[in-house]
Amino acid sequence: MVKSNPSLTRPLSPFMHYDKWPAMFLSILHRITGLAMTAGALLLVYWLTAAAMGAQSYARAQTVFACWPVQLILIGLAFSFCYHLLNGIRHLVWDAGKGFDLKVARASGLAVLLGAVAFAALIVAVFCMRGGAA
Amino acid sequence: MTSNTQLRSPLGAALGLGAAKSGVKHWWAQRVTAVALTLLGIWFVVSLALVGSFELAAITQWIGNLCNATLLALFIAALAYHSQLGVQVVIEDYVQGALKTILIVLSNFLHVAVGALGVVSVLRIAFGVAA
Repeated sequence: MVKSNPSLTRPLSPFMHYDKWPAMFLSILHRITGLAMTAGALLLVYWLTAAAMGAQSYARAQTVFACWPVQLILIGLAFSFCYHLLNGIRHLVWDAGKGFDLKVARASGLAVLLGAVAFAALIVAVFCMRGGAA
Repeated sequence: MTSNTQLRSPLGAALGLGAAKSGVKHWWAQRVTAVALTLLGIWFVVSLALVGSFELAAITQWIGNLCNATLLALFIAALAYHSQLGVQVVIEDYVQGALKTILIVLSNFLHVAVGALGVVSVLRIAFGVAA
């Protein structure tokens, strides 16, 4: 017979539960993709500013966006956009007090991750077909 | 001293906000901009995909549309605001002391400046000033 140990039965602070793979990974990924899109917003404004300044600066911007490291960044941004948006909706549902059941939370996490990969692939495919330099 | 069953001073109870001082304003603004960005973000990606070209003429024509220019300006403003709120939380989580305040102020300046630059660029294209 195991004696009741108060230090084991006491509830933990909620943040202490973020120590398992899916929840912890998905949680930090929300933050990482958010910061990635802060950098992405700089790229967006650079692109718009180049367009506003005229043909010469826009042509320069187009060569910047066409080089492969920037293309790689744009693919990363497509995933960041999809993941942060979908997981953001997941967070809003949690804010409404729903979806906290462990099974539901795990399923929604997996759905968000797979959905983000699928939508990102769709966006990349569409922009590759349409514009070449995405 | 009167007996106090709630762990709060009478003044604290009257003010109602406790040590956080600013209450839920930051949290609520983050949610409201999140909902706005869900809609504006989907519009941005779909609308840009429908343009079908990244040539300057096509982009200028796209932004030249009044509805597109308005939504794009709103998208940039909401994006800058939401990003500022998020970056502030990240700084607050990982940095302490005076450096924390300095970084938050710098981040706020940067967000307002970049947001303004983005909106002004959209307006310049929309009004046809661009060469």
